[in-house]
Amino acid sequence: MSLSTSVEMKGREAWITLAGELDAAVAGEFRQAIEQVAEQKPEKLVLFVSGLQFMASAGLRVLVFAKQQMGREVSIYVVGASGPVLNTLQMSGFDQSVYLQESYP
Amino acid sequence: MDTRIDFYPTHQHGSYKLRPGRAFPFGSTLVPGGVNFSISSGHATACTLVLFEKGAPEPFVEIPFPDAFRIGNVWCMVVFDLDYERIEYGYRMDGPWDPGAGHRFDRSKILLDPYAKAISGRTQWGKHPDWNDIYPQRARLVFEDFDWEDDRPLETPLADLVIYELHTRSFTAHPSADVKHPGTYAGIAAKIPYLKELGVNCVELMPIFEFDEFENSRANPLTGEMMFNYWGYSTVGFFAPKAGFAATGPFGMEVDELKNLIKELHRNGIEVMLDVVFNHTAEGNENGPTLSFRGIDNQTFYMLTPEGYYYNFSGCGNTLNCNSPVVRNMVLDSLRYWAAEYHIDGFRFDLASILGRAPSGAPLPNPPLLESLAFDPVLAKCKLIAEAWDAGGLYQVGSFPAYGRWAEWNGKYRDDIRRFLKGDDGMVPVMAERIQGSPDLYGWNERGPTASINFITCHDGFTLYDLFAYNDKHNEANGEQNRDGGNDNHSWNCGVEGETDDAQVNALRQRMIRNALAILLVSHGVPMLLMGDELGRSQRGNNNTYCHDNELNWLDWTLRERNGDLFHFTRKMIALRHAHPLLRTGEFFGTRRSPADIIWHGTQAWKADWSADSRALAFMLRERQAGQGGNATPVLYMAINSFWDALPFELPELPADYHWHLFANTSLPAPDDIQEPGQEIPLQENLQSFLVGGRAVVILIGRPRPQA
Repeated sequence: MSLSTSVEMKGREAWITLAGELDAAVAGEFRQAIEQVAEQKPEKLVLFVSGLQFMASAGLRVLVFAKQQMGREVSIYVVGASGPVLNTLQMSGFDQSVYLQESYP
Repeated sequence: MDTRIDFYPTHQHGSYKLRPGRAFPFGSTLVPGGVNFSISSGHATACTLVLFEKGAPEPFVEIPFPDAFRIGNVWCMVVFDLDYERIEYGYRMDGPWDPGAGHRFDRSKILLDPYAKAISGRTQWGKHPDWNDIYPQRARLVFEDFDWEDDRPLETPLADLVIYELHTRSFTAHPSADVKHPGTYAGIAAKIPYLKELGVNCVELMPIFEFDEFENSRANPLTGEMMFNYWGYSTVGFFAPKAGFAATGPFGMEVDELKNLIKELHRNGIEVMLDVVFNHTAEGNENGPTLSFRGIDNQTFYMLTPEGYYYNFSGCGNTLNCNSPVVRNMVLDSLRYWAAEYHIDGFRFDLASILGRAPSGAPLPNPPLLESLAFDPVLAKCKLIAEAWDAGGLYQVGSFPAYGRWAEWNGKYRDDIRRFLKGDDGMVPVMAERIQGSPDLYGWNERGPTASINFITCHDGFTLYDLFAYNDKHNEANGEQNRDGGNDNHSWNCGVEGETDDAQVNALRQRMIRNALAILLVSHGVPMLLMGDELGRSQRGNNNTYCHDNELNWLDWTLRERNGDLFHFTRKMIALRHAHPLLRTGEFFGTRRSPADIIWHGTQAWKADWSADSRALAFMLRERQAGQGGNATPVLYMAINSFWDALPFELPELPADYHWHLFANTSLPAPDDIQEPGQEIPLQENLQSFLVGGRAVVILIGRPRPQA
């Protein structure tokens, strides 16, 4: 199963919905989506990940990249993370750099 | 950097674009548009980079380094447009096969980069690897983008540390640990509240450099159970964390998981010390596998006999050639990397005396590696602790080259405290030295009591419970007919070998354990506890559990309930240490800079009995008061009775407004054996002497009387 990515600007918020498996092979797609929305200078980045089954190191690296690209003042929300994706975020400590939420807004 | 136009390919190999690389840093480094690969060998004639798709049986390309890409003995190359998330890399080295001259080049082998920062192949603990893999433990690329926020090493003064030695897997692998990810870095993070409650402020992790748990693995001849290289004192890569200790290892995220653990420990005021093994590698002797060093530059990396065989000062087949300038730099680079990139607070060096041997094996008077480490700017605030002996007969406790920096695992402390506790003759004078931080060993050469890492137990040898439950080692489960493991345990079974229902024996054991903990946590120097000793953990008399991935090593967390009294005794002893600066001044008592002095007593006040058949010792710590003509305030009195029967200890008289309070008395049953610091119980007025039970210790605190 591959990754599906959809990007949407909601005012000053960038919404990205991810579904499938975020591994090294497809992390580039995610990264492109981040770069695309970064140009819009959003105030918030909201990632909907309830359809994501798995996230490898490469996916995490893109989140780190997003944080760096957009700066500390942009808050990142990760919405609907569960199972292995939630574990990955927690064990790597990234859960402290983002807002983990079950639903949004 | 991404958009610089001057960093462009100049060469091509098939469809792969290349340019000459940078010699430094060694290893693989992400650079704009590509990866810089750099590796050195003093004797290879050519080098080839071998690239794999993650997990693929065969490489997808092999790129020989063009001649123009070699600077000195370093091959360096940038390869552009690599999918760095998905590749694994290794090297082939051309050179002579001439074991007599020390050279063992073999082009058929794919070799691990000695500077690999992540290594695949053992990413899930205990999972059987593919034994036919042509490159079983592969180098991977690592991002250094972890968000540390404001974290950095804590720089807690050495004198203030209470060290807790633990094995990452053993700490939470037992089902009773009840953590989401048993036996991992994440598991330790889940137990931080426990460590905080206990009060330790430093964890010393047994080896977490990548090792191969399957090295020398075999079936137990008695049970058929698999036996591993469990402890991990056999390094595969000096820059890579053990991936099998990470819950996220299979996803390639062990680096993040370990960094997150360190950040969380720091956030809770707990330092992280690594037990590092630079004395040998996992390649064994001439019969061992060729993984890395042997095939890259055997003669440089290993100490060899004139005939080209491996010196074995480590007892593990080979000896890393630590004072060859090339290896010395690698060791330094590794430690700098762990200090800078992982925020490690200190290092304990396994068999550190090997680091002071010349390439010929002879001990050096002024070993360049030890000096380099002591004066390195990156390591300037790191604790450096030596296991000051090796398996080749060098024993340097008290004489390890220190350069004002190095502390030592004080093996004499361990042995002397054990012998005194079990009642050996003639131990009182030496006990006085050990309690003071061993000035007989460290009172010269500008060293202080913090040169002494005090411990009674460590991973090697009996646990504290077993120390008083077994006279002899019981290592049958190791499959070597009980021949392995040390015989000089200085242990005493209190009357029955092993487990017993005898209530008196069990009560005596509990008392002996408490006596040991009380002495350890009051002694000057830096105390170190072994994981689980605060809970009465047993290894069933096994004093060398290096190979067991089972209950012999795993901490059984149900002990927290069953031995809660012992946990609280330990917790309160640690709290006492934290509460009283005089217990951790970092200066020897009575010396010019010391804020404290120590007065020795015996069963008679002011008069210690130093004779050979004496088994009683007491002392009083006093705080010196500046400008008061040598007046000093008594703060703590400790009486230690190692005689089998109770003895009255005459108490030293206190200044008129002071009063003794009972903090601990190990002859009382819990919970009366110890109080919370600050809530000690006042002794009755005019008490002239205190009856200390047989094989018991008493600690009193001197405090001003409450105002009437």
